Amino acid sequence: MIQVIPSMTSLRDVVRQGQAIEVHRPWPRVVVGREIWEQAIGLLEDGQCTLLGLWGTRDFVHMALVGPGLDGPGILSLACEGNRFPSVGRRHAPAIRLERAVRDLVGLEPEGLMDKRAWLDHGTWRLKHPLGQASSASGAPDRYAFLPVEGEGLHQIAVGPVHAGIIEPGHFRFTANGETIARLEERLGYVHKGIESLMAGLPVERAAALAGRVSGDSTVAYALAFARAIEAALAFDIPARAVWLRALMAELERLANHFGDIGAICNDAAFAMLHAQCGLLREQVLRVADRCFGHRLMMDRIVPGGVRCDLPADGVQVIAALIAQIRAHFPELIELYDNTASLQDRTVGTGTLTPTLARQFGAGGYVGRASGRMFDARRMPGYPPYDGLQFEVPVLEDGDVNARLWIRVREVEQSMAIIDQILRQLPSGPIQNPAPARPAMDAGEGVALVEGFRGDVLVWVRLGRDGSIESCHLRDPSWFQWPLLEAVIEGNIVADFPLCNKSFNCSYSGHDL
Amino acid sequence: MRRLLFKSLVHGPLTEVAPPKDEAAMAELAAQLDRAARLRLGRTLSIREVDAGSCNGCELEIHALNNILYDLERFGMRIVASPRHADVLLVTGPVTTNMREALERTYQATPHPKWVVAVGDCARDGGIFSGSYACVGGVSAVLPVDLHIRGCPPSPIALLRGLLALLEHVDSDAPAGAREV
Repeated sequence: MIQVIPSMTSLRDVVRQGQAIEVHRPWPRVVVGREIWEQAIGLLEDGQCTLLGLWGTRDFVHMALVGPGLDGPGILSLACEGNRFPSVGRRHAPAIRLERAVRDLVGLEPEGLMDKRAWLDHGTWRLKHPLGQASSASGAPDRYAFLPVEGEGLHQIAVGPVHAGIIEPGHFRFTANGETIARLEERLGYVHKGIESLMAGLPVERAAALAGRVSGDSTVAYALAFARAIEAALAFDIPARAVWLRALMAELERLANHFGDIGAICNDAAFAMLHAQCGLLREQVLRVADRCFGHRLMMDRIVPGGVRCDLPADGVQVIAALIAQIRAHFPELIELYDNTASLQDRTVGTGTLTPTLARQFGAGGYVGRASGRMFDARRMPGYPPYDGLQFEVPVLEDGDVNARLWIRVREVEQSMAIIDQILRQLPSGPIQNPAPARPAMDAGEGVALVEGFRGDVLVWVRLGRDGSIESCHLRDPSWFQWPLLEAVIEGNIVADFPLCNKSFNCSYSGHDL
Repeated sequence: MRRLLFKSLVHGPLTEVAPPKDEAAMAELAAQLDRAARLRLGRTLSIREVDAGSCNGCELEIHALNNILYDLERFGMRIVASPRHADVLLVTGPVTTNMREALERTYQATPHPKWVVAVGDCARDGGIFSGSYACVGGVSAVLPVDLHIRGCPPSPIALLRGLLALLEHVDSDAPAGAREV
């Protein structure tokens, strides 16, 4: 029998020891000293909690953690005396890129971080440390030192930032031995737009539009996460109908993206027919979205306080007809996928992510769930109306391209079941509450975790006294998925990279901010 | 698979009727194109897409141009993998400072004659991202732009209308500036 030794501290103990910020909702944010910060790093290192985000504001570094004993993400904040803080990345690899970004954006120094290369700042910005003590910069591009690779018969393939397909820019440096990839190193940051800096000082409505453009494919998820964070900061409720319409849009977004991805994965294995068929399904979803909400991607439809537009009179029928159409068509496409040996030959056993790595990095969405990590923000921490809906969270263990495709298939089925329930139970009434003209006295800080199609989106926001945004952090699930792509591609052939990449479908814009 | 293929054979094509060309785009183009270039290109245009900082919304809609409903290739236009094969650069995004050099190099790698189409509201002037320390602010700040297609993101129909207007001018024998609409 295995003896389980209870750990000395749990995440809950760590959070309890800190000094709570009262205006932070709905989960705790606590200010801690270096000792507790180090304890938390120990918990991460031991796998007893999961890192959800790490970011900086002018004098503080913050990390969001989730683990047993907490019903949602807890945030630890450490004052950075002398602009320094003990590095999390030196003991817990998933934090490395986040800390490199904190160095670039805020100018805080992670003590002990091995990799001190700039990450988002390629030297071209007009400002250095735009979110900290900003100073003007020359704008001359820096040279980037890729990690050295040595060995007999190795050669390098440099790809990007401009790629061959219609995709976002990023650089991939492959080191290969013949056809086999020995190492992939990513360089990102090309689409950094300075969104968090642009948000500072903006009124809530204008900041919401920016939040909806962090990653266009997840515009609904971002708008929802941002709105929920603002509503938490203002302790402000929205009408029931708006809650349900938000979920309806979120599930339509999930459907559209999953159809696009399933088709694109097959296309990267040169199976064009499924690409064409899935592209048709995706287009049908977007047209219904346009018809019902006035925008194909449903941009700017979710706003703090509710939703901007209601369904048209025949909206419920239009969506029900769409779901019926998908149900009639989608299963035979999946049957075709499942029965095509040449296609399976490419996807099965390709780009395998181990459950250990998925857990360590807190991989969200289909990347984590295809590798045994049961996490879905709709369940934990959960948010309305999902707490009143019946759905399953599919999980597989194989972790290959095939498993990531099947998770999407199962999620399509679950999303359709959710939409059925929403259409049946959609309450009537108003769709938007006017935001309080003046923020409540204790208006302050809010955090939200929302399940986008790609995984959990974290938004943290602090409001100023006039109700404008003082600072905001938006963390895309891709932060924890990109490094795993480097890991899974090792030992695969170069020709399978597009397949692996598409099965991850990480966001460049969401990551680069 | 046989069943699916048979179904595709018996029901008619799902492809949309071609939209009318964008009149505003025609007017913008009239001043840009010269006759020699039009003659050299014939009826086809090869397009290279460059994301210069987009949120990826525009990319989703450009992708949709290739689905069976919009089917870009029936108009003689196709997306190519390299700027060296391209006649047109389709540029999205507010042009981040980190992408500026790559965009310039892509333009230099594109053979003459060539056209630049800026897609989306932020490619026009930086849009919602203008004023950022990390954005140049609009494609025309970096490259000579021949056509802007507006929208956030522009719908596939809006993209098609703009591109058809471009194709028409490339294909027409009329001297530059002759068509005023």
